[in-house]
Amino acid sequence: MTIAPSLSRQQPAASVHPGPLLKVEDLSIEFGPKGTAVRVVEGVSFTIDTGAAVGIVGESGSGKSMTSLAVMGLIPSPPGRIATGRILFEGVDLLGLPRSRMPEIRGRDIAMIFQEPMSSLNPVMTIGDQIGEAIKLHQKMGREERRQRVVELLKLVGIPDPERRLGAYPHQFSGGMRQRVMIAMAVACNPKLLIADEPTTALDVTIQAQVLELMHKIRRTLNTTILLISHDLGVIADICERVIVMYAGKVVEDADVKTIFRSPKHPYTRGLLQSIPRLKDENTRLYQIPGMVPLPGTIKQGCPFFPRCPDRIDKCARETPPLLEITPQQKAACWVSAGATS
Amino acid sequence: MLYRLADAIPTIWLVLTLVFIAMRILPGDPAIAALGDGALPEQLAEFREKMGLNVPIWQQYFNFLIGTLTLDFGKSYMNGAPVLDLIARNLPYTIQLTVAAMILGTVIGIPFGVLAAVKRGKLPDSGMRIFSLVGYAVPDFYLGALFLIGFALNLRWFPINGAGSGFFDILHHLFLPALTLALVKAAFIGRLTRTSVLEVLGKDYVRTARAKGARENRVIYRHALRNALLPLATGMGLSLLATLSGSVAVELVFNRPGIGRLLIQSITERDYGVIQGGVVVFALMVVFVNLMMDLLYVVIDPRIRVK
Ligand SMILES: Nc1ncnc2c1ncn2[C@@H]1O[C@H](COP(=O)(O)OP(=O)(O)OP(=O)(O)O)[C@@H](O)[C@H]1O
Ligand code: SF4
Ligand SMILES: [Mg+2]
Repeated sequence: MTIAPSLSRQQPAASVHPGPLLKVEDLSIEFGPKGTAVRVVEGVSFTIDTGAAVGIVGESGSGKSMTSLAVMGLIPSPPGRIATGRILFEGVDLLGLPRSRMPEIRGRDIAMIFQEPMSSLNPVMTIGDQIGEAIKLHQKMGREERRQRVVELLKLVGIPDPERRLGAYPHQFSGGMRQRVMIAMAVACNPKLLIADEPTTALDVTIQAQVLELMHKIRRTLNTTILLISHDLGVIADICERVIVMYAGKVVEDADVKTIFRSPKHPYTRGLLQSIPRLKDENTRLYQIPGMVPLPGTIKQGCPFFPRCPDRIDKCARETPPLLEITPQQKAACWVSAGATS
Repeated sequence: MLYRLADAIPTIWLVLTLVFIAMRILPGDPAIAALGDGALPEQLAEFREKMGLNVPIWQQYFNFLIGTLTLDFGKSYMNGAPVLDLIARNLPYTIQLTVAAMILGTVIGIPFGVLAAVKRGKLPDSGMRIFSLVGYAVPDFYLGALFLIGFALNLRWFPINGAGSGFFDILHHLFLPALTLALVKAAFIGRLTRTSVLEVLGKDYVRTARAKGARENRVIYRHALRNALLPLATGMGLSLLATLSGSVAVELVFNRPGIGRLLIQSITERDYGVIQGGVVVFALMVVFVNLMMDLLYVVIDPRIRVK
């Protein structure tokens, strides 16, 4: 029997690349036929340093999933398309790569966990085969060695009795267990960047806590850089040290988690902070930001948050606020917080 | 599985009864059909006596059911040969034809359907649409006749009738009739595959496969196709049954021996025993096909296996 190499020895030390691991610049994503296309993500820019854990937060429909799918090169196309921007991974523009190069990067350098644990596993393949495939696609390894590694991964994500569970099918697992399998699959090749798109949204509260604990463990043991997406600032604060707030396809605030909790600059972020569930006062009704996220394409000019904003001034209706640096740790796209008064 | 077999019994019984009734309702006297218009009354009476046609109708029905249970369908009115022998002699040809058409149709239809789905809206997809329209619109006997005239009569690449003997000769005889049935089938299977693959390609687990770094070919053949086969299996079962009935026309056109031709012949001759025997065999094949489909599901879909 071969002894599988320990998880931390899987890859040589990360290549030394100066600058951030991921740099997204002016990313815009459109849906629909050219001419009548609707922009669901517009002018999004952010960076993620190696080893960091960054969150993206925003209400449903704000473009979080599309932004992360763009990084993976998985925007469903047609009808979707990346209209502008660059996605630099270790300094290389992924959008400029030939299509055939992306599969090498997916799963090996950048991996992703999806929002829907129930439907994201192939129902006719055993989970052992599905995790094994993630390894097989990127690493030369004997059958038995690979099997050992899959068992190790299942152990890492906390699936009891992994040897026996290798041959089980997804329908034999609960939602939480399936998400663990997805995580095992995503970290199988020890990716440099792990994107987790609302990994806990579809799960029960207790299971959510367990999966978040697992994310912590992954970060501790594998040193993976993490991009965590959630509509819950509480979840993000638990894992990340920085957070990007998205609203209607745009970044409206980008700051340290600590800074954002202490002094949020964008009115939308303040609304989000007020709507975090607190365990103590369970019976008080949760605060909800009044109004709804505008449908993509309906805001033609001015600040996208204008219709719902408690602080709005006249200027907001006419001009779209750019994302401005307020302090070196904090950027926000709001006229009022930038000092405008009329 | 045994339970499923027991399930099929009422169906078979119903088919038997319908056939029996249909045979008696159809105009035409089997004795006259067998002996000719000029037969004497005594000869007719003797014939009816021998063939069990002179007893009350309910008893004929009863005898027929008992006979079916013991696989004894009596003798052919026309040539006196046991019905079972006639069927046994013809059945292999029909099976050959159906199986060959099925294989050919699947081998053409599935890749074509996958191609149409993957190149959606492009040339292969339009090709698929035209092909399937033609496949639906052209009746198989017509297509068969075209092939017969074109490739067998004019070009002389293929024999014009019979079933041949010896492996290669059999294949040579089989090709045109099987192709006739297969094209119609491929049109159907191709269309079904296209729909099914298109649906599956939008599933979350296909996105997961891509996220792992699987290349398109792997995504399609490893992840999508196997899931697409689930709905396809039902369609294939239906299509196999359609092939069975299509084989009747094709056997006639190509003048091939087989159950279909035997049936048609015996219907024109009011050969009750042979008709009943033939229909029972057809019904059994249908039941068998359905059972195989159920089995296939169990093989493809692990969710059924566990229950
Ligand atoms: N196939 C599509 N065609 C047109 N619009 C689409 C398509 N897929 C997504 N969109 C739109 O893109 C916008 C952004 O969607 P996205 O999935 O990125 O939101 P999200 O922030 O991840 O929300 P959620 O919290 O619900 O996951 C939405 O308004 C959605 O309606
Ligand atoms: S720019 Fe104006 S409308 Fe927009 S968030 Fe700031 S205050 Fe509100
Ligand atoms: Mg989403």
